[in-house]
This record gives sequence, C-alpha cells and structure tokens, in this order.
Amino acid sequence: MKLILEAKNINKHFHKPQDFHVLKDITFAVKAGEFASIMGKSGSGKSTLLYILSTMDTDYTGKLHLNGELVTGKPHRELSQIRNKNIGFVFQFHYLLSEFSVIENVMLPAKKLSEKCYAEIEHDAHEKLKMLHIGHLAKQRASRISGGEKQRVAIARALINNPAILMGDEPTGNLDSFNAENVFQIFKQLKEEQELSLLIVTHDIDFAQRTDRIIQMEDGRITS
Amino acid sequence: MINWKVILGIAKIHLVTKLKSTVTATLGVTFGIGAYITLVSFMTGLNKMLDDLVLNQTPHIHIYNEIEPSEKQPVALYDDFTGAFNVVHSIKPKQGQLKIHNALPILNYLKENENVKGATPQLRAQIFYLSGSIELGGNLVGVDIMEEVRLSNIRDNIVDGTPEALKNSENGILLGAGLASKMSLSIGDRLQISTVSGDIFPLKIVGIYQSGIAEIDNIQSFANLKTVQRILGEAENFVTDINIKLFDIAEAEPMSYRLEQQFDIKATDINEANAQFETGSNIRNLITYAVSITLLVVAGFGIYNILNMLIYEKMKDIAILKATGFSGNDVQYIFMSQAVIIGFVGGLIGLGIGFVLSLLIDNAPFETEALPTITTYPVNYKLGYYVIGFVFALLSTGVAGYLPSNKAKRIDPVRIIRGT
Repeated sequence: MKLILEAKNINKHFHKPQDFHVLKDITFAVKAGEFASIMGKSGSGKSTLLYILSTMDTDYTGKLHLNGELVTGKPHRELSQIRNKNIGFVFQFHYLLSEFSVIENVMLPAKKLSEKCYAEIEHDAHEKLKMLHIGHLAKQRASRISGGEKQRVAIARALINNPAILMGDEPTGNLDSFNAENVFQIFKQLKEEQELSLLIVTHDIDFAQRTDRIIQMEDGRITS
Repeated sequence: MINWKVILGIAKIHLVTKLKSTVTATLGVTFGIGAYITLVSFMTGLNKMLDDLVLNQTPHIHIYNEIEPSEKQPVALYDDFTGAFNVVHSIKPKQGQLKIHNALPILNYLKENENVKGATPQLRAQIFYLSGSIELGGNLVGVDIMEEVRLSNIRDNIVDGTPEALKNSENGILLGAGLASKMSLSIGDRLQISTVSGDIFPLKIVGIYQSGIAEIDNIQSFANLKTVQRILGEAENFVTDINIKLFDIAEAEPMSYRLEQQFDIKATDINEANAQFETGSNIRNLITYAVSITLLVVAGFGIYNILNMLIYEKMKDIAILKATGFSGNDVQYIFMSQAVIIGFVGGLIGLGIGFVLSLLIDNAPFETEALPTITTYPVNYKLGYYVIGFVFALLSTGVAGYLPSNKAKRIDPVRIIRGT
C-alpha cells in the first residue's frame, strides 16, 4: 500500500534550558487511508513529533517523506506551500480568525493556494460545512459560535484543499464527550468515505482504541 | 507567488476591526504631513517674499566707480627704492572721475550680450530737499524709468502715481514715501531741491515711492536720467552706475569678474551683496525641515507602536495562518500593507489639510507699512512639497511597519500553538 507519510530516524534535541533528547530515532509510516493515533504521557514527545511531521518544525535530524517526496531540508517558503496543499491541521484549541466569518475562515487556505477561482472555493467551502452539518453558520462571525461548532469549522478549514493527510493535536481534548464523539465520527466518516489518512495525537484512550492503529510513545521512543 | 488579493483582504479586516487604532495611527500621519505642508508652504512663501523684497531691488550685477586708494603707490614705481622699506603716510583716495568712463559704449556692449536681460544706466546725485528753511539731505537717482519697470519691481513700489507719469514729465520726481510724510507733500505738489553746489531746481511730484525699507524711503527719490543730468549740469554720457539683470543668475559672479577685468571698473554681483540674506533663508528652511521631520518621525513611532501591539494581539492568528500554509513573507506583507495603507490614506488627507490650511493663511490679511504690495500672508504652493510630503508619509510608515512586520514574519507557529 502507498505510504503517505514516512519518517526515518528522526532525532530532536531541545537546547534550552539544557540539552534534552526529546525524540530518539523515530521511524514509522502512515499508509494511505489509515486512521492512526499517537498516544503517550505528557512529555513523551508526541506533540513534538507531530509538529515535525507537519513540517512546521524544521529543527531535527533524520528524513521525512510526504507523498513519497523528501521534505527535509526544503526552504520555509516551499514548506508553507506543501503544508498548504497536502496537510490539514486541527488543534486542541480551534484557532479560528475571530474577526472573519466562518466561511471566510474555511476559504482562507484555498485562497492562499489559489488553484481555483473564488466562486469554486466558496462552493467547496459550503460543501465542507454542509458535510459537517454546520452549513447554516456560514455567515456567522467565528467568535459567535459554540466550541463544538468551532472545532468543526476548524476541521472544514483543514479539509478545504483536499489534503493528503489530516493531522490533529488533541482535537477532542477541549470538548465535552458529546462533541468529542461527534468529531470522532467525522474523522471516521472522512476515512471511510474519502479514504483520507489521519494522524491524531490524543490522550483519550476510548478515542484511540477505535482507530486503526495506536502508536504508543514513551520517553521519545515508539514502544508499540 | 504572492496572492495580493488575499493578503490585502486580511489587512483590510484587521484595519477595519481595529478602527480606533487605525484612525489614531492615520491621524498621526495626517497631522505630520498636514503640518509639514502648511509649514513649508508658509515658510518658503515668506522666504520668497523677503528674497524678492531685497533681490528685486538689487541688480544682478552693479557696475560703478569705487573711490579707493591706488593699489600701487607712486613710490613703488621708482627703481631707486626697490628693495627698500617704504613707509607712506596719509594715503588719499585716487583722484578720479565719478562717472563711469565710456558708459554708453559699455551699455551698448551689455545690451548685445545674450545672457543679459537688460542693463540700465543710473545717475546717483547727492542733493538736499528744501522744505522752507529746512534742508533734508538725500539722494536723487536718475533712471531710465521704463527700463526699470521692465527689469525690477519698481512699479509695485510706486504707491501713488505711475511710472508713465514720470516718463512723460520733464521735471517730475518720484518722492520717497518717508520724505513725503516728513515734508507733508503729496502727488501734484511742487518741491525744491538743491544740488551740492547750491543750485536750486523746482520739481513736480508725479508719484510716491515706497520700497518698504525705511532707510531708503527717507532719503531716496527717482527722476528721469536726463532731468538729473540737467540738474547737475552734466552731459548725456554722465552715468555713475549701471545695473544689469541677467537671465541666469548663476552667471552673475563670473560675469562681474569678467566685466571688472575688461572695463577696469568695480562690479559687484548679487551673491556678494546679499550673502547674509541667503544665510537667513537657509536657516529658516532648516528650521522648517527640522520641525516637519520631527513631526513625521513622531507619527512613525505611533504607527510602529500600534502595529507592534496589533502583532502581539494577533500572535495566534499569525500562527494559524502559518500553520495553514501562509509563508513568513505573506504574513509580513499583511502587516506591511496595513502600515502602507495607513501611510497612504493619512498622507493623502494630510496633503488636503495642508492645502486647506495654506489657503487659510494665504487669505489671512497681513498689512504692514513696510510692505505696501502685500495684503495677505505669503504662501508658496509648490507641487514639489506635496510630492515630498507624500513620499515621506509612505517612507516613514513603511519603515515603521517594516520592523514589527519583520518580527511577525519570524514568529515560530509551533511555539505559539503549543503555548511555550
């Protein structure tokens, strides 16, 4: 099966306040259409790993392939474009631009990519919102909707450019159980219907157990 | 590949949602530029007026015979005394004629020179104005009045009567305003003058002359050249001064030097005569620019502050933009364009305010005895100042925006998102 994401021998040190070896020789891969979760205690390095995989953090050694292409060592400008096109990101906190309307928030990454015209982007954004059952919120200001709705808007934004992989840093960590379940169902549906690859960092054992694969981390190493 | 539409869209939303800060920053620029335009227009207008006041009365080159001692005293001509230590006591000025030798050929020569706008002969005579038993000392200047009108602003200075009236009158006089008020004379009255040698002539007042400089108005009057020559009993070629106006004022210095060599006379150029005046103008300009630049720098700091605060407030937005694929440069352009928009709008409004204030000043009444031709404050509407003001607005806001936006460009999204 095709590998979407492949990490080889990734090592990372924190230099401040003192030298600390956070990630030790991480090697693993995510296949196309796989729903994987990363679990581990606080400080085990799972978020750090995720940010390296997302190309936002470039301070590491080892090799990272995305869609079969080596991304390690590319300049920041190119990495931004890769991120824009291939990676959708959902955070623990929604991180919407509060002055923008919901639909504008969703459209922003696509406008940056500018592969489609404005009308197409707007249409796509409406589609994504409808798929997540928040089509009626499109014209609302992002600061005026509830927490669960915000997280769904953030997912819609992550999906707008039809990325190869969706990454989440505890996307349900800040939600009540009802909304957390909702988000899980959305992820599952995305995997099943669109064969999207997902890589989710989580603390929630129930959430993790229902994914295809659990990557367990401890002290900077993958243990299982 | 920069998507300006998206970047400007985000910049616009930032500006509109933070309307208060935006307006404050814009007003800073507006006042800076407005004050600059007003100051510079007013100051340069004033400078120009003062310059004109003196420069229009001053010929570009003035030719005359200087009374001075010979450079080589007779003793130096004796071979017997060469090498000796010669002491000459009580040196007297060299005996010479008052008039310019060969004045008429010199005038003709000058008039044919293509750089010369005009050359006018003058005859300056020491006279006494007689008012009953009182004698007032003064000057009578014989001029070719129509040439003077063409070459200088003398018409503006004739507050009563016309230069044509003088031209058409055999024994007319344009009396200095100070003299007229001292002797209670006005246009149409008769006046007696006496030459140094004691001859008395009656003259008719055809106009009142007021230069605005009291020292001149209290002693100097004008008459036709021929009239003065007749009063002094001199021939038609008796001319004591020649005033030259040039097309290019920069030629004044080399030309005066050349004329001195060629005709063995004394020639002073305008820069020599008005060196101190130029200094005054320069210092006033310096003050104007110092004040304006200070204002603009202050406005620049205001923008710097507001953008800095905005960037701290928008840390999370910046991180999210970067996480979703906006590059550091995109983020920098977002904040830079905000600064430049503020500069652009503030600058434009500032130019408008500056123009309106200049108009107000221009229409404010300003009447003074010394300056008969001036009724309102002088203002200089030079397009160049508006261009400079606008460019400076963009430049200062650009610099003020660059520094904070550069910081935004370097923000590490991971640190913000993880909250460390």
